[in-house]
Amino acid sequence: MLELRPSPALKRQALALLLSLVLVSGLAACGAEEVAEEPSAPEPVEEVEVTNVIIASTTSTEDSGLFTELVPAFEDAYPRYRLSVVAVGTGQALEIGRAGDADVLLVHARSQEEEFVAEGYGVERRDVMYNDFVIVGPEADPAGIAGTSDAAAALTAIAGGAHVFVSRGDDSGTHTTERSLWSLAGIEPAGEWYLSIGQGMGEALTMASEIGAYTLADRGTYLAMRDRLDLTVAVEGDEALFNPYGVIVVTDAGNLEGAQAFADWIVSPAGQAIIESFGVDTYGEPLFIPDAE
Amino acid sequence: MQVFAEAVVTAVTLLFQGSTELWNVIAVTFEVAIVSTAAGVVLGAPMGFVMGATRFRGRRLLVALMNTAMAVPPVVIGLVVMMFLSRQGPLGFLGLLYTKDAMSIAQTLISAPIIAGLTAAAVASVPYKLRLQARSLGASRVQEALLALREARLGVLAAVASGFGAVVRGVGAVMMVGGNIEGQTRVLTTAIVQESRKGDFGLALALGLILMTITFAMNGFLTWYQHSNERFERS
Repeated sequence: MLELRPSPALKRQALALLLSLVLVSGLAACGAEEVAEEPSAPEPVEEVEVTNVIIASTTSTEDSGLFTELVPAFEDAYPRYRLSVVAVGTGQALEIGRAGDADVLLVHARSQEEEFVAEGYGVERRDVMYNDFVIVGPEADPAGIAGTSDAAAALTAIAGGAHVFVSRGDDSGTHTTERSLWSLAGIEPAGEWYLSIGQGMGEALTMASEIGAYTLADRGTYLAMRDRLDLTVAVEGDEALFNPYGVIVVTDAGNLEGAQAFADWIVSPAGQAIIESFGVDTYGEPLFIPDAE
Repeated sequence: MQVFAEAVVTAVTLLFQGSTELWNVIAVTFEVAIVSTAAGVVLGAPMGFVMGATRFRGRRLLVALMNTAMAVPPVVIGLVVMMFLSRQGPLGFLGLLYTKDAMSIAQTLISAPIIAGLTAAAVASVPYKLRLQARSLGASRVQEALLALREARLGVLAAVASGFGAVVRGVGAVMMVGGNIEGQTRVLTTAIVQESRKGDFGLALALGLILMTITFAMNGFLTWYQHSNERFERS
């Protein structure tokens, strides 16, 4: 019975080696495909070099789906450019702009944007559109704020009753607005009930829905996720909940021309028309109101 | 390059300033890593040992499954755990989502296959002849298995260290099921993601250095232990 077989460890090693070879060659193939695709992608009629325009925007804008309409429309209007969207928090978007790693910014934190331009990192800030924030919460509404339109008073009620509130806590445009609302209410939020999660809008909404908490959300992301959430709009309509978006061309943009083209296009009637119609089919109301001059 | 030097300074300052927030993050990181590594050992090591030391029908399939489990992206494990613990999920009534327990559960599912797989490999690499010899000298099956385990102990230790490493550096799963709540479920890796998103790359890098220091200390200890064992065996 005592026969010596090839060591099972050796077999396993051989198998592992084979597997990793397959994986590596698979990855290499993917890489090769990408490289091969690039030059042939837009198939220009005349010989025009297609250049990449990097736009840094926010996760909430990306999550709303607006870029799925804006990107192809812009690329149709300007076949010379290909638009790459990097969706991060407003803080990181501005930081990417400062480093010159993005060509153009579409963000929504006006004071930070104006500071960015004042420091010389951006050419100028132009109004593009706005949407609004809403305070959402569980249907049961333990803080008794449903149907009101005074955001600061609502936050005072939430803090007063120590009802759980989820904060983005990520220096995003939404978080910036939230902080200004707290200071409007004269409250320094802290305690077991105040959950600062340092994550995106989708995560904050999901968490608030799961644990029955309140949170501040931009209407677009809330509407887009509404069907999957146990949350209703409690407070809306306060002027303090107004959320303006600006476009800024980065001074040191690698593709300054492309960046300028995008900024000019999005404030043009063509760009504004796309913004105005976006979301109407799905939600029965536009998610963003164009307000370029 | 200045940013890297600044990160080192920031890291040291943060640590010695005694910022309670940072120490709390480090404490949660350790707690979750230790709990999930321990649970991973309890679940994974015996299974790995059986896979490595014995022959049975379906063993190869089990090994293949275990190796696959080792390669599942943590974020997928996080997603599955989240769906189970969600209010709509089958275990929603436990109310565990966005707690340290949820993080430990997800991380255990990450560490256990790693510990099992590497334990199996370590035990299987014990020379078969040695075990035959032991058996011919009258060792029982259990004694033979214990001998294999004794011979493979450094490999098993490395398996445990790999399990610990995987959970201490993991981010996808803990972000999803823990939620990165300040003062409650924030760990080093999720804090790094958050600071990067905010654009505070210096602080993010400093936190990364602190994490690396912890991992380095862990590996340094392991290397020292292995060396002291080798010296002992040679003498």
